[in-house]
Amino acid sequence: MAPVLELRGITKRFPGVLANDHIDLTVEKGEIHALLGENGAGKTTLMNILYGLYHPDEGEIFVNGQKLEVRSPIDAIKSGVGMVHQHFMLVPVFTVTENVMLGEEYVKAGGILDRTKAANKIREISNIYKLDINPDAYISDIPVGMQQRVEIIKLLFREADILIMDEPTAVLTPQEVEELFKIMHTMIEQGKSIIFITHKLGEVMEIADRITVIRGGKVVGSTTPAESDLNNLASMMVGRDVNLEVEKSESVPGEVVFEVENLKVLDPLGALAVNDMSFKVHAGEVLGIAGVQGNGQTELVRAITGLLQAVDGDVRLCGQNITHLSPRKITEIGSAHIPEDRQKDGLVLGFPITDNLVLNTYYLEPNSKSIWIDQKSINENGRKLVQSFDIRTPSPFVPASNLSGGNQQKVIVAREFSRPIKFLVASQPTRGLDVGSIEYIHKRLIEKRDEGCAILLVSTELDEIMQLSDRIAVVYRGKVLDILDAKYATKEMIGLLMAGIIPSEEEKQKLLTKKKQILMT
Amino acid sequence: MTTTTDAQIGQKSQGILKLERRRRITMGVLFLAAAVFIWLVFATDVEPGVETRFMMNPGGGSAEAADWVFQSLPYLNMIAGILGLLGAFQIIRGFGKYTYGVLALVAILFIFGFLTWATAGGQTNLAGLLRVMVVRAVPLTLGAMSGILCERGGIINIAIEGMMLTSAFVSTVFASLFNSLIVGLLAGIIAGGLMGLIHAWLSIKYKINQIISGTVINIFATGITSYLSSKYIQKVEFQYLNEPGMFPQINVPVLSKIPFIGPILFSHNMYVFAMFFFVILLTFMLFKTRWGLRLRSVGEHPKAADTLGINVHRTQYMAVILGGMMAGFGGTYFSLGSSGRFDEVMTAGRGFIGLAAMIFGNWHPVGSMGAGLLFGFFDSLSAKASLLQVPLPSEFIGMAPYLATIIVLAGVIGRGHAPAAEGEPYEKE
Repeated sequence: MAPVLELRGITKRFPGVLANDHIDLTVEKGEIHALLGENGAGKTTLMNILYGLYHPDEGEIFVNGQKLEVRSPIDAIKSGVGMVHQHFMLVPVFTVTENVMLGEEYVKAGGILDRTKAANKIREISNIYKLDINPDAYISDIPVGMQQRVEIIKLLFREADILIMDEPTAVLTPQEVEELFKIMHTMIEQGKSIIFITHKLGEVMEIADRITVIRGGKVVGSTTPAESDLNNLASMMVGRDVNLEVEKSESVPGEVVFEVENLKVLDPLGALAVNDMSFKVHAGEVLGIAGVQGNGQTELVRAITGLLQAVDGDVRLCGQNITHLSPRKITEIGSAHIPEDRQKDGLVLGFPITDNLVLNTYYLEPNSKSIWIDQKSINENGRKLVQSFDIRTPSPFVPASNLSGGNQQKVIVAREFSRPIKFLVASQPTRGLDVGSIEYIHKRLIEKRDEGCAILLVSTELDEIMQLSDRIAVVYRGKVLDILDAKYATKEMIGLLMAGIIPSEEEKQKLLTKKKQILMT
Repeated sequence: MTTTTDAQIGQKSQGILKLERRRRITMGVLFLAAAVFIWLVFATDVEPGVETRFMMNPGGGSAEAADWVFQSLPYLNMIAGILGLLGAFQIIRGFGKYTYGVLALVAILFIFGFLTWATAGGQTNLAGLLRVMVVRAVPLTLGAMSGILCERGGIINIAIEGMMLTSAFVSTVFASLFNSLIVGLLAGIIAGGLMGLIHAWLSIKYKINQIISGTVINIFATGITSYLSSKYIQKVEFQYLNEPGMFPQINVPVLSKIPFIGPILFSHNMYVFAMFFFVILLTFMLFKTRWGLRLRSVGEHPKAADTLGINVHRTQYMAVILGGMMAGFGGTYFSLGSSGRFDEVMTAGRGFIGLAAMIFGNWHPVGSMGAGLLFGFFDSLSAKASLLQVPLPSEFIGMAPYLATIIVLAGVIGRGHAPAAEGEPYEKE
């Protein structure tokens, strides 16, 4: 029997980039086929070609042995290919039913929508796949995990047989990931096939039947979880041996450098995004803030860096109350900030690297003399930092927009680390970076810690938090639910807290001893 | 559409609930303020025993109704009382999804209170006032619906004014040339559609900022029609180009005979009836049909629509051209429905006020017509203010609806929901 899907020699060129280079991929019926690769390896491009959003320059697509011309998403949908996009394609002010039937509406005579019939169909699908969806709910009212299930229903409603899932776990808590995996298994049992796009190795090992690894737009290998292991996959993905573990010694915490007490911050809608948070960060330790995106992390970081006014509570740095100080004052006291959105808040993209490297020191000696900028000194500083922080660029004078994500982040790190700092806020420091850059940034963070800097690490990547932190604070709806010792914290435990469930003392001890026992053996 | 269940409300974030609570209370305080205002300002100013006389015939109508005479003070106290109760209920419980309906009721009661006070000891032609209100609401509502068509598809249209003006000019010339109102009407609609096409072309194909594109069209329309008008059709030798005639008044059989209501609603030229028809049609089309669902999805989340196989740009072209045609239809009202000739800049900003009515009406045809009627009422009132014994210049009364618009836009009552993707050109990657 022919495979459900076969891609042969798919090639796609963008100006200056070969995004897909003669990619071959075969998906059998009833399998979960993982497409593994780093950010920028060409996974999403390939899937957008299959889904008809891009047109390939070369190559052929076969579905059930039939050659397919995919000119638009309609062609893909008709041939049974559906996609759950990384950023959900849902209209927030529509109901579940309206979102699901959009483009494939159930209508009565004259184009009048038949909402009841569509809602019944959705209920039916929801029952078969145990998705637990209320068709009449508005998207803006339901949680992210449920929104993802609506995306899945959209495909099942169109009777898709091949489901492409693009980084589906990025927005989920560990428990929601488990739920999703169960749903994926149910879909396989019902005869569907799934292409699972990810860069998370652990998930691939857990759920995939077969794995295809892509690097630099080319297929570099195909394997199965049984024949492979994490290190093996990682080196295939990156193209060299990688050390997945961050090497770090036991931390030597010193005195309290940074302290937040009963902090309250409003979000732009006027709701309490940070609701009575308190924690301390000591010199020489990394405090990780774990939590699902949107639980107050952004507002917390903006408040402690002076970008947002807190409505109540105190923030203290080196014994000084900085709650209502300006960002420049806070920076001068010795705080550094790696912002969550490096392109928007971290860099001036149109400025050359040299100028970006002095964004918070340009007015100080030696970069300025009285009211005059000393361009020579700034350029000298730029050349030096580009070299010592290994920023890959043809020249220190090209605009920051020309750099890759990893190198842009290195510019920010170089700028912040080249000043004497006592405290660092790193918000999503490795989001969207390649493994090489992630390794580099992690190494630098630990180095800074060992120099005695207090570090507040905010990340929605649980693995990153667990690798780097000495203590882990889990936030949920603007509150710190618990602060755990990273040595004993388990993914399970953090996952529960991330979902807002506080385990009883007994359960907590059980979870913690389990980890202790593992550590002993 | 179904209501949200308790479970889902539980899932709403605390912030949203808080925000809703704040809005509920703000609204309630507003109702109470209206009650206190009537009680303190209007009621204390009126002597007991003074009567208010409302004339119920607009004049010229075919139905007869007796004047409505009543004691001013008890009525004012009663209105203040009702408003107070509504305000108290709104603060304590809230009217939920009926809030906007109650808001409309409060506005009507307040205005009624104002009229009662202003007329105390004298008389006002209430029926005439309301009849003019309906007429004045026509161009505003048609303009608002032009805006709704475009913006529900994600394209901002501030060119309504220019589209209307162009159409008023074109319809005048064509109706005069062919000596046919229908030809003039069609020419006006086509002219509006073409202006829509230009706007769509600039803002979809060339991705020009939609505000700028709209402004350009407005300036162009004002310039070209003023030039052609002063150069040709206002001149005596071309006078035959500026005599289009007017659509006649239609008295709907039976309905127009109803006292009071009949002359206000059912004795007009076809534009008033067309306004009601289009409001109902557009509401139905937007919210009950496949066409409407797709149009709205394009205005809210074009990428989602695209991934489901909906042609975003084609949908937007259609929306803006239809919007232009709607503005074109509204434009012909000025020449063929209201004055029977073309004058320079005769739209006098009505297109922009239509845009305000659209926002006030929360991008909904029925709401926009409500806003159009409200604006129309004040328009009509300020024209008659000199006849009322009000110690207030008529210009201030004319200002009232726009003050209300600013308050609404500032989000005091609750921010309306503009289509999420409006103003952003959609680009396929």
